[in-house]
Amino acid sequence: MAEVMRPEKLDISNDTASLASQELLHVLAVDDSIVDRKFIERLLRVSSCKVTVVDSATRALQYLGLDGDNSSVGYQDLKINLIMTDYSMPGMTGYELLKKIKESSVFREIPVVIMSSENILPRIDRYVLFSYYLNHHH
Amino acid sequence: MDTLVAQLQRQFRDYTISLYHQGFLDDQFTELKKLQDECSPDFVAEVVSLFFEDCEKLIGNMARALDQTGNVDFNLVGSSVHQLKGSSSSVGAKRVKGLCVTFKECCDSQNFEGCVRCLQQVDIEYKSLKAKLQDLFSLEQQIVQAGGRIPQVDI
Repeated sequence: MAEVMRPEKLDISNDTASLASQELLHVLAVDDSIVDRKFIERLLRVSSCKVTVVDSATRALQYLGLDGDNSSVGYQDLKINLIMTDYSMPGMTGYELLKKIKESSVFREIPVVIMSSENILPRIDRYVLFSYYLNHHH
Repeated sequence: MDTLVAQLQRQFRDYTISLYHQGFLDDQFTELKKLQDECSPDFVAEVVSLFFEDCEKLIGNMARALDQTGNVDFNLVGSSVHQLKGSSSSVGAKRVKGLCVTFKECCDSQNFEGCVRCLQQVDIEYKSLKAKLQDLFSLEQQIVQAGGRIPQVDI
């Protein structure tokens, strides 16, 4: 798992000049491991973020309203600044979750971080091509 | 003359260092400690406790899968090993993680005897770490009860 990174290193701005005084960055974290969920929740809280943690990609899609035909109707007010997901999870992988998020007009702009202990760069390269396709053919 | 607190603190420091030097713990455990503070004083103990519960559950899954004589699903075993490798990596359980690497290779090559050996070793190793961390946490409690502060140990 990643080392503890302070907000400056993550390059996420918690600059109070640009946020309302009580508004924290909201991170959605997705991981099937209870140990990792506990770790990441604490890490993000310590970094002054609001955290929502779910245990599967399916639950993440439910949370975002991307699991049905309603295409996130009514979810535009859901403020999420960053999505962090494990790569290899039972059922839907983090990569498949990433694709679904990028297909959504409501959520496609949200940065998605994929966490993995494996060498997944070759698979992520496929995503870069996929993303290029989406951006140039819609 | 050495106070009780000073003695306990030295014991704690020495024990912590030995756990790293003997390869039971690695840097990730240090990262866990960084996330603990006065507001969350039990964070490490809680994460570690979740890890040991996870070990028990996953090892149980592996044992059941390996018990299907003549019909062992090595993918199933491998999947549990992968999960154990992940969580051991997250808490800094270095030896457990190392065993998982070997274990995964045995699964991938469908080496039944190798898997059974790895399962036994992983079971012994997580229990050994559990006992050692319990001793470490106990030392922390003794220090606090004696009115002292838990020293920061730089590895």
